[in-house]
Amino acid sequence: MFLNNDVTAKTAMLERHIVQPADPEHPTILSTEDLHVYYGKKEAIAEGDLRFASNQITALIGPSGSGKSTFLRSLNRMNDRIATVTGKIMYRGIDINQPDIDVYEMRRRVGMVFQRPNPFAKSIYDNIAFALRLRGVTDKHELDEIVETSLKQAALWNQVKDELNKSALALSGGQAQRLCIARAIAVKPDILLLDEPASALDPVSTSQLEDTLLELKQQYSIIIVTHNMQQAGRISEYTAFFNQGRVLEYDTTSHIFTNPQVQITSDYVSGNFG
Amino acid sequence: MKSTEQLEQQLKRHSKAAKLEIWGKVVSFSALLLIVAVVVAIIGFVASKGLATFFTNHVSLWDFLSGKSWNPGVTDAHGKPEVGALPMIVGSFLITILSAIIATPFAIGTAVFMNEISPNKGAKILQPVTELLVGIPSVVYGFIGLSVVVPVTRTLFGGSGFGILSGTCVLFVMILPTVTSMSVDALRSVPRYYREASLALGATQWQTIYKVILRAATPGLMTAVVFGMARAFGEALAVQMVIGNAALMPGSLVDPASTLTSVLTTGIGNTVMGSLQNNALWSLALVLLLMSLIFNLIIRLIGRKGRLQ
Repeated sequence: MFLNNDVTAKTAMLERHIVQPADPEHPTILSTEDLHVYYGKKEAIAEGDLRFASNQITALIGPSGSGKSTFLRSLNRMNDRIATVTGKIMYRGIDINQPDIDVYEMRRRVGMVFQRPNPFAKSIYDNIAFALRLRGVTDKHELDEIVETSLKQAALWNQVKDELNKSALALSGGQAQRLCIARAIAVKPDILLLDEPASALDPVSTSQLEDTLLELKQQYSIIIVTHNMQQAGRISEYTAFFNQGRVLEYDTTSHIFTNPQVQITSDYVSGNFG
Repeated sequence: MKSTEQLEQQLKRHSKAAKLEIWGKVVSFSALLLIVAVVVAIIGFVASKGLATFFTNHVSLWDFLSGKSWNPGVTDAHGKPEVGALPMIVGSFLITILSAIIATPFAIGTAVFMNEISPNKGAKILQPVTELLVGIPSVVYGFIGLSVVVPVTRTLFGGSGFGILSGTCVLFVMILPTVTSMSVDALRSVPRYYREASLALGATQWQTIYKVILRAATPGLMTAVVFGMARAFGEALAVQMVIGNAALMPGSLVDPASTLTSVLTTGIGNTVMGSLQNNALWSLALVLLLMSLIFNLIIRLIGRKGRLQ
């Protein structure tokens, strides 16, 4: 009887793929409904239905090619010219996957940091001021202030405060990635999407980056794609497991790691494949 | 013991691969040697002939560079030959710079369209068109210039229609494909992540192109323009057909004028080797050669500066 119930519960979850973050202190800020992504005719994501809690870190894990990066890039419509994305992406009650949405305005609220640190070939200062200047901020005082707070939030200020006019390309990998985070939060987004931000970094930089993310979640809702199981375990409240374009499981991180409902998740988090 | 000797024998024997290696080196080195020899020979020949004007015929370099009348067979009131190359030098530079100024925005605009705005159409339509334009022989451009551009200029601005303006129009079309395809290469070499980073920060595509991609591609774009200028500077036939070939200081853009190349092509058949007339033409060729060296130098400097950034 118990066993039966358990199986039914599993099947129900597999069909819906939805977990609602139950914490009332962290209401849903972003959710996807019936999201499908197609590269040409090939379906890369099927039925990715997830809800993301505000001011929490949600990790997307799964083997290579499981569609977690594609899913993440769809959230702020970076896939617009590359793939076809159908379904709803609800951001604070508004479907942002609609043609009449101003994607540029939307991306200011849903920022993104990429796998490879990608600072522009400009000075550190100009990298951060870039998006602000595009939005018409010209007041030097205001720019100075935002540059400073952004760098402080990204834990880079103390290392670069005396050389803000130096080229950003001279920074180390970890510093460059933190600069990219500072650049993304300079426009004060709501949500920060990170696509394997630590995969090009050494262990020390990675650990510093994780500390920074834990700090940042006070102000931002963070969704992070990671290859690194331990990383997901260390920093995230929720974890979604992707496999072959589907969300197989989504739950609190501790649940996913200690009590996975699906065998394949269990195999993955315990390192048996992937 | 015996096995050590055997091993030593095997190791010291030159294998077939080792012999082939030497052969490969010899072949590639001699190819290099040939090219160097040809280049040195050309420069040496042009220089010896071109400098003869100054050393054998005792024309002063200053008179050559600043004189305004070109008529090497005739001596002026002071008994000096008229070998002032200034009109041609001015003509060459004017026509080069003007055509580059007109061609650059069109070329970069086309390149941006091909690479950023519509890569599909760019690859399917514009790429073949550009390649076709490169392949059209210069005499065809000249002929079209002669039968279309010159009459239009004549109707619009009066005069004969021959002159710097017509030459510029023809050269503009001729260097456009070169500058365009090199600009496309320059844009293509801008890493994809620059575009992503900019878009993810909420920049529009135009802001991304203008503020990020074009800035990052500037050294490459400058190289493209200088290459176009080098081509314009050296083009002879098409220019000669539309410029009017009057070795005079051009008073306006629609007056007949001449360039270094056009005077060379019209004059080279009518002179005797070793005569002053002939040597003076070689001096023009030397100026052309030096200019192309300078263009090459500029391109290298830009390239080095781009890498340092």
